[in-house]
Amino acid sequence: MTELNRLTLADARDALRRGDITSVELTQACLAAIDSADALGAFAHKTPDLALDRARAADARIAAGDAPDMCGIPVGIKDLFCTEGVPSQAASKILEGFVPRYESTVSGQLRDAGAVMLGKLNMDEFAMGSSNETSVYGNAVNPWRAGHSDAALTPGGSSGGSAAAVAADLCLAATGTDTGGSIRQPAAFTGTVGLKPTYGRCSRWGIVAFASSLDQAGPMTKTVRDAAIMGRAMMGHDAKDSTSADLPVPDFEAMLTGDIRGRVIGIPAEYRMDGMPQEIETLWSDGTAMLKDAGAEIRDISLPHTKYALPAYYVIAPAEASSNLARYDGVRFGYRAKMAPGDGITEMYEKTRAEGFGPEVRRRVMIGTYVLSAGFYDAYYNRARRVRALIKRDFDTVFADGIDAILTPATPSAAFALGQEVADPVQMYLNDVFTVTVNLAGLPGVAVPTGLTHDGLPLGLQLIGRPWEEGDLLNTAYALEKAAGFVAKPARWW
Amino acid sequence: MSIDIATAAKVAKLARIKVEDADLPALAQEFNAILGFIAQLEEVNVDGVEPMVSVTPQRLKRRADVVTDGNQQAKVLANAPDAREGFFAVPKVVE
Repeated sequence: MTELNRLTLADARDALRRGDITSVELTQACLAAIDSADALGAFAHKTPDLALDRARAADARIAAGDAPDMCGIPVGIKDLFCTEGVPSQAASKILEGFVPRYESTVSGQLRDAGAVMLGKLNMDEFAMGSSNETSVYGNAVNPWRAGHSDAALTPGGSSGGSAAAVAADLCLAATGTDTGGSIRQPAAFTGTVGLKPTYGRCSRWGIVAFASSLDQAGPMTKTVRDAAIMGRAMMGHDAKDSTSADLPVPDFEAMLTGDIRGRVIGIPAEYRMDGMPQEIETLWSDGTAMLKDAGAEIRDISLPHTKYALPAYYVIAPAEASSNLARYDGVRFGYRAKMAPGDGITEMYEKTRAEGFGPEVRRRVMIGTYVLSAGFYDAYYNRARRVRALIKRDFDTVFADGIDAILTPATPSAAFALGQEVADPVQMYLNDVFTVTVNLAGLPGVAVPTGLTHDGLPLGLQLIGRPWEEGDLLNTAYALEKAAGFVAKPARWW
Repeated sequence: MSIDIATAAKVAKLARIKVEDADLPALAQEFNAILGFIAQLEEVNVDGVEPMVSVTPQRLKRRADVVTDGNQQAKVLANAPDAREGFFAVPKVVE
């Protein structure tokens, strides 16, 4: 069998269990694909020896008949997850040389289930960005190209390395994290599936914190079925994260019937933005028609505070980041600046943070500092938290009115060229216009590829579900995936 | 609200991020662009709305008040830029 790395997670699992392939063969195929794909900048730290050790252990476990779904599956881990004995830098200079002595809960659950870590994936620095251009490792590059152009496109961000790696078949699946859209936007830009679970589903312990009330880990995969399998393996209660939900995690895969007859799908008027490209409009109405044809009831809804989600996010997320990133001071871990004669501890802090953080991180830490400073706390931070309560109330209202899921575009455009939007931070922030509401309301959301632009770039739709009902949400996503029949793959140039 | 150069310098100081004087005007301009975007929030009527504390209505779990950790000095210090004799080392802070 050739090109084992192109398998879906579900097909690989079944082949492993049948004994048709071994995890070592599968892992070697991925390692070879990774080594020939440096042009994509997806993997920041490769761990081939560790991967092969784990693959051999997984093969023994499968042979012994003790094989959870993830056993023997080669995956990539976003650099935001602390991984024991493997560099974990959050793509920042300030964590240069940091090698955790512990494993994050989520990557630990995957490891314990037998998953094979291939390495650490590129991302925006501290997950702050929508194009993977703020990384200390350099850009990750989208395997997709527009038409006959050879211009390098962004894979999206912040989980850009994860999305590029899955789309290019360097791994069968990858972990991502999503604070304002960082799983769903890159998934949409690369023709892959990205699930952001309900806030509290995945433990945040051991994941480098950006904005703690918004951060949530999730799977990035080739199919909805794969997201169901890997999502289940990542979720679950963890006493080390006080916001982790003590709720049972159902077998999401078993819930994928594709039967959505009678489900009520809301189409929010406020997501029809001025100047939205016609291709996005068409994608959205086509997706709506697909769900209707599958037997769902379509209902127009209103989420009146949508417009204020991005401004609220750009108060709350930087405020939390300024607090979380206070720990990077050059004392306990990572980078410390060279000191001049006579420098004291304050100069050490200031120089370390100026040299260790990139421009976008410095900008957000300072904005966060400002909105939390004396005299502005009420005007900015408390007002943003009130608006956040109203945004959540909008969703509560439509769910109480009987809506089961909400269909929206995932992004306002297809993947754009690297370098195109870096000059204007506010323009870059608009990438998250359709996804950020979901983080503010703590809801589950999933991006599903459903179409191509005129020049052949993937486009995705987003489904938003009720809290804790990822199973039902994934089943709707599965019905959409089946109806859309998206099978395109990027033509290999790397 | 508009941020002047002195305010930008103050914010940088509070954030413990060194910004050269020459870079302060551009920084103030960036802050103003972002705060201009955030200013849309002033349009929203938030009367009687409590600021959100937790997005999921859950009571934080409590654990027994007992020691669960410790005895890992070497692991804790392993990543320090400068560790000596079992301590983190920093420049002199007391004259």
